[in-house]
Parts: sequence; C-alpha cells; structure tokens
Amino acid sequence: MRARTVPQPGWSFEYLMWIFTRISGLSLLFMGFIGLVSALLLGARTQMDLPTLVRWTFFQNPNHVVNSNIADVTIGWSNAYWQIIQMLMIFFGVSHGFNGLRVILEDFIGHTILQPLTRGGIFLIWLFTMMVSIYVILAS
Amino acid sequence: MAVSKFTWLRGLGYRGGGPMLAWLLHRLGGLAMIIFVGMHIFAGFLMQQFGSDFGTTLNIFYESTIFQIILYFFVYFHAINGLRIILNIWPKLLEYQRELIWLQWLIILPLYGLSVFLSIQNLLTGG
Repeated sequence: MRARTVPQPGWSFEYLMWIFTRISGLSLLFMGFIGLVSALLLGARTQMDLPTLVRWTFFQNPNHVVNSNIADVTIGWSNAYWQIIQMLMIFFGVSHGFNGLRVILEDFIGHTILQPLTRGGIFLIWLFTMMVSIYVILAS
Repeated sequence: MAVSKFTWLRGLGYRGGGPMLAWLLHRLGGLAMIIFVGMHIFAGFLMQQFGSDFGTTLNIFYESTIFQIILYFFVYFHAINGLRIILNIWPKLLEYQRELIWLQWLIILPLYGLSVFLSIQNLLTGG
C-alpha cells in the first residue's frame, strides 16, 4: 500500500467520485426506506413474512430469490414506477460498489501503467453488470 | 522500513484503535458486498433467463443462515459507518470521531443482535 498523491483542487475526477460516493450511499439508505414503507402500505404487513419483506425492501423484483412467496403482492409492484426505482437502486449500488473497488485497488497500485488498465477493466465490468441487471428488471 | 515480508502481521499488530478498525471493516465489508451483490445479480439473471441450476445453487448459498449472519454485520457496519464518514464533512465532528465510533457500535450491535436472533429463529422454526 502506498500513499496516494493529492489531486489538484477543483472538479477533478476524484472529487466528483468523492461526492458521488456520499450521495449514492445516502440514496441507497433512502430507497431502502421507500421500499419498506411502500411494502407495508401495499399490504406486506399481512401478506408477507419477514424475510420476504426484507428482500422487497431492498429490491422490488420477483426474480431474484428462491424462497420468497410473493404471489399476491407482485401485481402492485410490476409497473414502470417501481422498475425505475429498481434501476436507480441498481445504478447507485453498482456504481458505489465498483467505485469503492477502484479506490481500494488504486491504493495498492499507485500511478503506474496498471492504473488506467484497472480503471478500464472496472468500467467494463460495471457496464456489463448494469446491462445484465437492467435486462433482468425490464424482462420481469 | 518500507515493504517487508511481514507487512500483514505488522499491520495487524499496529495499534490504530477504533478508527483503524472502522476503516478496515468498512473496506472489508465493501468488498464482501461487491461479491454478494454481484452474485445476486448474476444468479437472478441466470434464474430468470435460463432457470439454470447454477443460479439456484448461488441462491441457496447466499440464502444460507451462516452467509447471512456474516453479511448482516458487514451491511450494518458499512451503512452506519458510512453515515459517520459523511458527518465528517463538518470539521467540528471530526474532533470527536473516536466518540462517534463508540456511538456507532452502540447502534450497530443491537440491530445486528436482533437480525441474528431473527435469522436463527427462522432457521430453527423453518421460516
């Protein structure tokens, strides 16, 4: 692990990602809150058990788990509004995660030829993950 | 001493205290969640599109109680510690970050204990 060089003041890439990390982290918590409250309002209190409620709190998609029994609630959630919420959640979560991975890796790499290669690789994995997950959301 | 063979051991022996532990757990938890969410997305894709056995296997793996108990800790820690890091934008609070770290442990541990209790109860009673 090496010391990182301090970037120039101003709107650098690092500063933008520093801001984005905070905004996306807060957004994820806020969206978890929206999911929980909406699930309860839409009748999860009587129709869901606790593990199912927790899954729906964080991601409102019927395809992503084996054990959840979500037969009656699915209808109320499968519309454009919730698909957009899911996409935002995926965007914030995946971007926050891969940016964090980039920060950790660059702490170990430093300013060598590996840095642009790592950034490129992580960008491609990010793009692939986003495409796969938006495909899952739209095909549900 | 720059880089030696014993970096890991030296790192573990370094007395950084609460802030170092928080930094370490934040990073480890972040990496764990990248693996978890990545698995989750690909398992969902495989199950939805192909109904594949591999997707089902991944699902069974991360729905297991042991996996969840480990993950709960990292998720709670990452979320609450992240809020503390955001609060550090206000410089006055940075002076009290050791106290804030104690406070965040006071929030995390009851939440985590409740989740572990419910998870084990769910395992024993069969959901």
